[in-house]
Amino acid sequence: MFVNGVTLQNRGLPDSHRLSVYAGTGGYGALRKVLLDPMAPDQIISEIKKSALRGRGGAGFPTGLKWSFMPKGVTGTKYLLCNADEGEPGTCKDRDIMRYEPHRLIEGMIIGAYAMGASAGYIFIRGEFVEPIHIVEAALEEAYAKGYLGQNILGTDFSFDLYVYRGAGAYICGEETALMEALEGKKGQPRFKPPFPASYGLYGRPTTINNVETFASVPGIITRGGDWFLSLGKPNNGGTKIFSVTGQVQKPGNYEVPMGLPFKDLLEMAGGLRPGRQLKAVIPGGTSTAMVAGTAMMEVTMDYDSISKAGSALGAGSVIIMDDSVCIVKAVERIARFYMHESCGQCTPCREGMGWLWRVMHRLENGQGREEDLQLLLDVGSRIEGRTICALADGGVAPVVSSIRLFREEYEYHIQHKRCLISMGVA
Amino acid sequence: MLSEKSLAKIARERAKYPANQARSALLAALRITQEEQGYLSDAVMEYVADLLGIPAIQVYEAATFYSMYDLKPVGRHKLCVCGSVSCFLNGSDAVLQHLSERLGVDPGETTADGLFTLQEVECLGACKDAPMLQVGDHYYENLTPESLDALLAKLRGGSDDVR
Repeated sequence: MFVNGVTLQNRGLPDSHRLSVYAGTGGYGALRKVLLDPMAPDQIISEIKKSALRGRGGAGFPTGLKWSFMPKGVTGTKYLLCNADEGEPGTCKDRDIMRYEPHRLIEGMIIGAYAMGASAGYIFIRGEFVEPIHIVEAALEEAYAKGYLGQNILGTDFSFDLYVYRGAGAYICGEETALMEALEGKKGQPRFKPPFPASYGLYGRPTTINNVETFASVPGIITRGGDWFLSLGKPNNGGTKIFSVTGQVQKPGNYEVPMGLPFKDLLEMAGGLRPGRQLKAVIPGGTSTAMVAGTAMMEVTMDYDSISKAGSALGAGSVIIMDDSVCIVKAVERIARFYMHESCGQCTPCREGMGWLWRVMHRLENGQGREEDLQLLLDVGSRIEGRTICALADGGVAPVVSSIRLFREEYEYHIQHKRCLISMGVA
Repeated sequence: MLSEKSLAKIARERAKYPANQARSALLAALRITQEEQGYLSDAVMEYVADLLGIPAIQVYEAATFYSMYDLKPVGRHKLCVCGSVSCFLNGSDAVLQHLSERLGVDPGETTADGLFTLQEVECLGACKDAPMLQVGDHYYENLTPESLDALLAKLRGGSDDVR
């Protein structure tokens, strides 16, 4: 199987974050090919389209199509942004790409900038990621020194400046327009769309934004071709994907595997469950995606289409494993707290609703649940979904509603017995 | 109010953005200011506003929106324990309780000697190495009672890993 072969190819090498190590494994070869061979911007975009690469930040939007939305022939600056505001519970892959493969990200961005005619870019890294920030900043310096960034890159008339922007703590900045607001020094609150970033983005200029893993997939696609990347996965689900497998497994970690890998094989790679445990539930794409019952998950393959058929979403590939020692109500209460904390406060259904969901979950978990509470949670959820500017609120509703559907008896036990069905030790 | 070193850092940040976009340097200016001053007082925020030539209200807005800014004094070492779901599934409640007992404070409080602030925070993006916490610039992962005690001893011994 093709494992850890695209964006985490060099993770095991000493000093893999250094330009010399990256270049020693063919790094910046794709950039040379694009600029010196040369490849026309349209050719690059059609190669990305052919690869079926989809946005790795969670939404799964086709990358080549997104790149083709950037207007041509406009005067003034066009921007390219990288979303490295990784913060969805269960997601820890972009941090490793930045720590181990910063140049792959940078090379992907330079190629993207050339394809879309962007002349400046920012890598928006969450502020808590101090170690990755320092590594990416050092990598940018190396890339400037080699002439891969700045004026007249590799002697051509293409110029591109790239900087790190440090976030300051807010999950919502992972929403692309909130990220742009934050970059402008404002509160990170999502904008109404349309207009979309390709026409009105950072500073009102045409802007494209992609996730770290998306950009880091680009050099491989350019070097080896879109067909190669597509063939690693399945049609409409091209390439490999990093799955962050966390929770109750023996070897939690980032596993980059071909799309379409059976879930049970991924679970085995992650060391399987702890001895004597049964798989209870899986959140396959980060906490904003619906929970799937363990038995159903064992039949799923790890790609957009299969997980969607199972009623959830691949999201950012953040696979959270829960075994039979977990109290589902307690776990979901914890997840609901996250969304209450992270709501930006802009839309009433979210600002009020996330608090409602958490408070009802909290009283259920603490033996104060009422008969009507399950219906109340479902009603509140249905009044939030689809009524907000961004997807945060829908993401906060999904774990609550899906877990009630799957584990209703466990919720009812809390109401009837005023305690958990499963004790998890420390309260 | 700020040292030459901090002012130079802010100037470097300012240079990353177009001439008419001073506000883009705000988050960095607040971070650099907080690193030097310990927390963001009203006076400090007004100073930053003047420095960037933007209205003070814009500084307050950002300072109150983002979780990494402290508007009140905190301990020398702020222990930020992740309590989101992957850490929770791996015993983050026990981590918080252990620290709470060792330090004699509840989450959100600072020890009487001003050395430690204990805080539970949401996901820090290190889910595969749960449970974990952040102090200053560093992540401490795969925490155990023993590693927590070792960390406290190290910090008590005068670490630079502040806030």
